[in-house]
Amino acid sequence: MDELNIPLYADVIASGKKPDVLFWVGCAGSYDARAQKVSKSFAQILNKAKINFAILGDEESCTGDPARRAGNEFIFQMSALQNIEVLNGYEVTKIVTACPHCFNTLKNEYPALGGKYEVIHHTTFIHQLFEEGKIAVEGGAFKGKRITYHDSCYLGRVNGIFEVPRKLLAQLDVELVEMKRCKSNGLCCGAGGAQMFKEDEPGDKRINIDRIEEALETGSSVVASNCPFCLTMLTDGVKAKEKQSDVDVYDISELIIQSIK
Amino acid sequence: MDDENSNLRWKNVLLVAFGQKKMFKRFIPAVLHLFIYVAFLFTQIELLEIFVDGIFGTHRFFADKIGFLYPLIISTIEILSVGAFVATIVFLYRRNILKLPRFTMAEMTGWPKKDGNLILLLELVLLVGVFTMNGTDVLLQEMDPKHYPDSGFLAVSSWLGPLLFGGFEQSTLVFLERAGWWLHILTVFGFLNYLAYSKHLHIIFAFPNVYYARISSRGEMENMPEIMNEVKSMMGLIDEVAPDPNMDAALPNFGANDIKDLGWRDLLGAYTCTECGRCSSVCPASQTGKKLSPRKIMMDVRDRVEEIACNIDSKNEDFKIDQSKVLNIENYQDGKSLFDRISKEEIHACTSCNACVEACPVMINPLDIILDLRRYEILTESTGPQDWLPMFNSIENSGSIWQLPNSRAEWIEESN
Repeated sequence: MDELNIPLYADVIASGKKPDVLFWVGCAGSYDARAQKVSKSFAQILNKAKINFAILGDEESCTGDPARRAGNEFIFQMSALQNIEVLNGYEVTKIVTACPHCFNTLKNEYPALGGKYEVIHHTTFIHQLFEEGKIAVEGGAFKGKRITYHDSCYLGRVNGIFEVPRKLLAQLDVELVEMKRCKSNGLCCGAGGAQMFKEDEPGDKRINIDRIEEALETGSSVVASNCPFCLTMLTDGVKAKEKQSDVDVYDISELIIQSIK
Repeated sequence: MDDENSNLRWKNVLLVAFGQKKMFKRFIPAVLHLFIYVAFLFTQIELLEIFVDGIFGTHRFFADKIGFLYPLIISTIEILSVGAFVATIVFLYRRNILKLPRFTMAEMTGWPKKDGNLILLLELVLLVGVFTMNGTDVLLQEMDPKHYPDSGFLAVSSWLGPLLFGGFEQSTLVFLERAGWWLHILTVFGFLNYLAYSKHLHIIFAFPNVYYARISSRGEMENMPEIMNEVKSMMGLIDEVAPDPNMDAALPNFGANDIKDLGWRDLLGAYTCTECGRCSSVCPASQTGKKLSPRKIMMDVRDRVEEIACNIDSKNEDFKIDQSKVLNIENYQDGKSLFDRISKEEIHACTSCNACVEACPVMINPLDIILDLRRYEILTESTGPQDWLPMFNSIENSGSIWQLPNSRAEWIEESN
């Protein structure tokens, strides 16, 4: 991997400059070993496209999404208002994030609390980079490979972004095979609504198993995703099905970074 | 309200309610339902004539007044009615013989199951009434043209009538024609009364429900300004909120544990629900055998409204909180709540994925109710799944969903 340049927002401001865009890393992207790889892939893409960005580092807190959806409005408000203080303090106007839960909360829920920003999911941002010619596909590491794409609920059904990630996959010349439940009918990975943090309620099956079985039916060797929590759930599903040697679960940015100059 | 959004709201009524747009997420039931729906709409014209004839003692009042339009309209209704008849049979078959999973889930036993079948049977009765009336009439027009004005050629009855009733005595035909007429109108009146007790109420409430359906982003949970301001004052972002002068005042309820804490849109949704179960058939929790079923949430809310309304109507003083005031929803208690019907296990199983919201053909939102119940559990009862406590504590103490000692920027140290 090339040398990465990931500046901290505070350092950039201290040097008298201002980043054009804030890369909101999120808890998973910061701490989860698997999601950190996605953060690095995306940062690498930003570097290649020569984007003037920075991250908040320790000045960033959880957006509060899982607390809010669990019903804990106090914790949500505390975390959210603290973030808004930081963001407004830096006069941040544009945010990009690789987590659809962060994306949704920053975009749709912070305005009512006084935090209004242009918020972009990293798949949309990468797509713009292609459109602007700042990055280009080379090599075709995934050319012709059979790939299926899992819509995360909070990018897809909740925010209506279905086509942009598919356009990115099309750029890579992959053979995209859709699962039966896709786009607005996509099945949740099982992590949303703070399920990630608790044991399942009693039932016949885990949701991620149901989902990965559907993904396996497509005969794909790669399951592409856009969310660190889906990534965890789907990877666990592949392990439970003992298909690690046949199927890889990747974030779209990881497929892109292997396919651009 | 929401004046600037009324265009969008009317567009929804046109496309989703009138146009059945969301029904077509499932093509076969959508087409079958469309036949019944369009037949129902057009039949109102014939029903108007039935009313006029009944009130003024006329027979087929419009037959000799609107020329070729008459057989055209009646024939259209007849063709649609045949479609509706077939659709109704298929629906009965799907419910009772095929036993589609969404019609046999736990909440679809007892009354809801009977209700579903009764509606379909009543539809068949309506159609049998109309075809008996028209079929015999076609024959009577030839026997007694003075009393039975020429209706012109009717697409179905002109061949079905002779096929079924050909060779019958005139007196039998007269009796059958009247029997069909009465059967139809009595079933219509019966149906209208029955609507108020039935899931079939959707034929009316679907329209206002779609109009008033939430149009803000699905990703936005309604903000709780009282908590926001409290937190802001804690953080010193705004001036101290003045302490409540009435120290005896009950602590406010956050979220919802009963219908009076829910919004009127939620209750309208509950009465609009026709228990089709599309929500539950796409719910990830329902599909993997968890107890949650979004349809049941809507049914439970409606049943709770009914229970409270009946108790208020009973004027039983025992239901009063304050004996000096009148018994109404604000002054009502029965020691029960929605949690007597909806278990914690159900609301804990929700992934907030919005599949139920997407699936509902009439824009009901079970998720808003589930999340309101969760808010009550966490904020008012201070309970909830134990597993969530570490997550809450971590966010509060370290600003992260996991309690970790590391810096949030450590991952860049390894790469920079």
